[in-house]
Amino acid sequence: MGMGRVVAAYGNMVTVAFEGSVRQNEVAYILAADGSRLKSEVIRVRGERCNVQVFEDTRDIQVGDQVEFTGNLLVVELGPGLLTQIYDGLQNPLPKLSQATGLFLKRGIYIDPLDREAKWDFTPTAKVGAWIEAGDILGWVPEGKFQHQIFVPFDFIGRAEIVKMAEKGFYTVADTVAEVKDEDGKLHKLTMMQVWPIKIPLKLYQERLLPDQPLVTGCRVIDSFFPVAKGGTACIPGPFGSGKTVLQQQISRYAEVDVIIVAACGERAGEVVETLREFPHLEDPYTGGTLMDRTIIICNTSSMPVAAREASIYTAITLGEYYRQMGLNVLILADSTSRWAQALREMSGRLEEIPGEEAFPAYLQSRIAEFYERAGFVRLKDGRTGSVSVIGTVSPAGGNFEEPVTQGTLAVVGAFLGLTWARSNARRFPAIDPLISWSKYPEQMKESLAKVDPHWVEIIRAAQKFIHQGSEIKKRMDVVGEEGTSIGDFLIYLKAEFLDSVYLQQNAFDAVDAYNTMERQAYSFRMVEKILKKDIAAKDKDDARDIFFRLTALFKNWNASAWQGDEFKRFESQINDFLRG
Amino acid sequence: MREIITKIDEITGNIATLKAAGVGLGELALLQSPGRETLGQVISLNGDNVTVQVFGGTKGISTNDKVRFLGHPMMVKYGNALLGRIFNGSGVPIDGGPEPVEEEIPIGGPSFNPANRVIPKQMIRTNIPMIDVFNSLVVSQKLPIFSIPGEPYNQLLARVGMQAEADIIVLGGMGLKFDDYTFFKRTFEESGVMNRVIMFIHLASDPVVECLLVPDMALAVAERFAESGKRVLVLLTDMTNFSDSLKEISISMEQIPSNRGYPGDLYSQLAARYEKAVDIEGSGDITILAVTTMPGDDVTHPIPDNTGYITEGQFYLRHGVIDPFGSLSRLKQNVVSKATRRDHNDVMNTMIRLYSDCRESRNKIAMGFKVSKWDETLLAYGQDFERELMDLNVNMPIEVALDRCWAILARHFEPVQTGLKDELVKEFWPAQ
Repeated sequence: MGMGRVVAAYGNMVTVAFEGSVRQNEVAYILAADGSRLKSEVIRVRGERCNVQVFEDTRDIQVGDQVEFTGNLLVVELGPGLLTQIYDGLQNPLPKLSQATGLFLKRGIYIDPLDREAKWDFTPTAKVGAWIEAGDILGWVPEGKFQHQIFVPFDFIGRAEIVKMAEKGFYTVADTVAEVKDEDGKLHKLTMMQVWPIKIPLKLYQERLLPDQPLVTGCRVIDSFFPVAKGGTACIPGPFGSGKTVLQQQISRYAEVDVIIVAACGERAGEVVETLREFPHLEDPYTGGTLMDRTIIICNTSSMPVAAREASIYTAITLGEYYRQMGLNVLILADSTSRWAQALREMSGRLEEIPGEEAFPAYLQSRIAEFYERAGFVRLKDGRTGSVSVIGTVSPAGGNFEEPVTQGTLAVVGAFLGLTWARSNARRFPAIDPLISWSKYPEQMKESLAKVDPHWVEIIRAAQKFIHQGSEIKKRMDVVGEEGTSIGDFLIYLKAEFLDSVYLQQNAFDAVDAYNTMERQAYSFRMVEKILKKDIAAKDKDDARDIFFRLTALFKNWNASAWQGDEFKRFESQINDFLRG
Repeated sequence: MREIITKIDEITGNIATLKAAGVGLGELALLQSPGRETLGQVISLNGDNVTVQVFGGTKGISTNDKVRFLGHPMMVKYGNALLGRIFNGSGVPIDGGPEPVEEEIPIGGPSFNPANRVIPKQMIRTNIPMIDVFNSLVVSQKLPIFSIPGEPYNQLLARVGMQAEADIIVLGGMGLKFDDYTFFKRTFEESGVMNRVIMFIHLASDPVVECLLVPDMALAVAERFAESGKRVLVLLTDMTNFSDSLKEISISMEQIPSNRGYPGDLYSQLAARYEKAVDIEGSGDITILAVTTMPGDDVTHPIPDNTGYITEGQFYLRHGVIDPFGSLSRLKQNVVSKATRRDHNDVMNTMIRLYSDCRESRNKIAMGFKVSKWDETLLAYGQDFERELMDLNVNMPIEVALDRCWAILARHFEPVQTGLKDELVKEFWPAQ
């Protein structure tokens, strides 16, 4: 183990003079005068000195303090027991931390991410005598509703023969479940737990596939208009107060995936609290268990150390890649990537790097790209598929989308769901602005969307045109007034408004309307489309407005009625009456 | 006794650099000039060079002044003896009273473990209808008052302080004009709440570094009281001065500015303070109400913008009233019609919707359009709403305020015009 001494300190950046060698991004511990060991990471090496960013409060650090280099990169522990956990950015379990340190976080306290005491019911599937390599499956344990597969460590080098396999039975993550002999005849003991460096993508799959399956979120404007694919990426930029949080929470509740990882990165602690207090009591719409059963929360909120905030995003995605390796579909919700970028900026400033736009480091764009590129839809070695999808929020300063983080993100994501004050002030929720948002996925998902409706992509595109047309007419109308608008144009405007209020808008607080299956979306959209195509016989503009008032109310009631229930059918027949009339 | 250093190598802005050994980051230093003492805090170390941020400013500091390191970080006194007392940004009493004999606690302590947080479900009554009825203040909430400089924000803050249901009120004044300081002091004394008020005051003429310490001291004290089971309300004014001090310091530390000269960590700095708001399960709580004056009434300016992302809503103070449209309490859903009367939610929404219609009618008049009967009704309603509820001098418990809402509605509308649910109308609509 390398040693060193502190020679300079400023904020959370410490300069260390070291002996021997250090690795870039290796973990080091600073031994502070009060006896605490402060975790840090090497971020720059120059001659015999290196800069480390400290993941903790740096108070009391002195010149001359001893530094231990571990030789290991920053890693996370992988194994059964990750689901339902609440971790900080460095994978410390927060509830256990509170048992150890009380109400407040205390620096230098690290707790095993995986419980060493818990026993798991292990069923071996690999046989003695078989040859294995990194990522092969040794067996499985039940975790929630999944078979959690136990892998040969992903960093295992070369091939090895299994010489001993554990019997079926209960084991802790630290117990040996297999012994293997490598080609040099060296024996290795394998457990159910392994570690993986968070900043290195886990690429133990056969091939990356084009994401062509929709990730249903239950939110109509996303799924129908600007869909996200399983294994795809999307960003949600929006100024404060535009409803980012509510939208994120909606997605985390209803998204049709196996595992959700919520990375609360530099945001309000209060928001995470709602998730972590409510999820254990909310029913998972797909399995009947609780939502918590499929959730991992990585919680590095705004007042927690900034360097750990930078790590938290990588921690989340590495856990996601691990579950993908089991053939599962994982969704990472990163809230917010702007806070992560700000953490990069703070450190870059302390390193006195030449700043780019708004003082963000010049490598901001490539870091953002690296992160989003870790999402993907893959075929594993055994032929199964799995995916990691990423939906990241962006908090642009002043709500201005021209800023570097939003722009850097737009360059690499597959869908852009832009929230605007114009919509949220008009109480049009979710405030995803249909005039500026886009998705690149409908084309590549054409085949799977055709199952929803053979012409789905075309009819949605036509509806989008309608929205744009309506907005053009509205702009003209603002200048020339209603009097100067023809009844034909006025009807198009009303139809666009109707489409907006009964389909794009959705009531997140209504038990039924909050979530729509793809089946229901297609069903109700076809009905909306009929209205859009219908010639409305209106005497004058007031009459036209009245007709659409009534239609809108009717559809809203229909939206709030349980799928195919009595109410639902009653409203549907009223709509049909209108269409015939 | 630690070594006394008698040579300062460098003095720039509020920062002094000298050579010393065995000094820790964040440690306090005492700088002694003839006839003057001031504290400073170590903010960076480089070899044996120690950089100290001087709280009292560096004016008149000499290269041969005495510097002694105290071996501990900045502390603040904590205890019941602080109640009714006034301190400056270095924690020294400025009310003429003696130094309180109490325990000393460090400031800027660690973050509350998010896993220990609970969803707040209690309302704090302020007896200001625009807050209680329309944007309820919830225990453990952090809310800024966005205001342009000329508005009566300090009057509002003082009134909340006087009337809010809190055991202890901690006022942190940053860059406060002497007149405002006197106003707060007099208001609290005259209303008889001074015995549960603690004030940390940085006056506009005080050294800029002391401004940075004010919220930390106020919140450290508040945190201890909350842990001991007290309901604490922290009033901060004005966070824009705090942010400007941060800017000043970071520029003199030669940090690269990010946006309009503000440091890149402005968000984290503000969050570290606001996130101290907390509801401790089975114990006390901290609620923060802070003033942010918006330079040029521009909400996209870095200070209000970063604040908006941190806080749980905001009150807009415009033309002397709390504007019901931009203002938002993100936590009000936790208490409205749950901790309050059951008609609260519907009355709140109806009043605001009708008032928004009234504003549209006013626009119509301004544009020279014809005014209908309905418009006239709305205009009359709007006037009563503004006079009887929005005016900042209106002072009444929420129950009375809700009754007042019903009375105003009944004066101008038929029940059906309000769209209120029949069952509520039956129970609450005033008999003619």
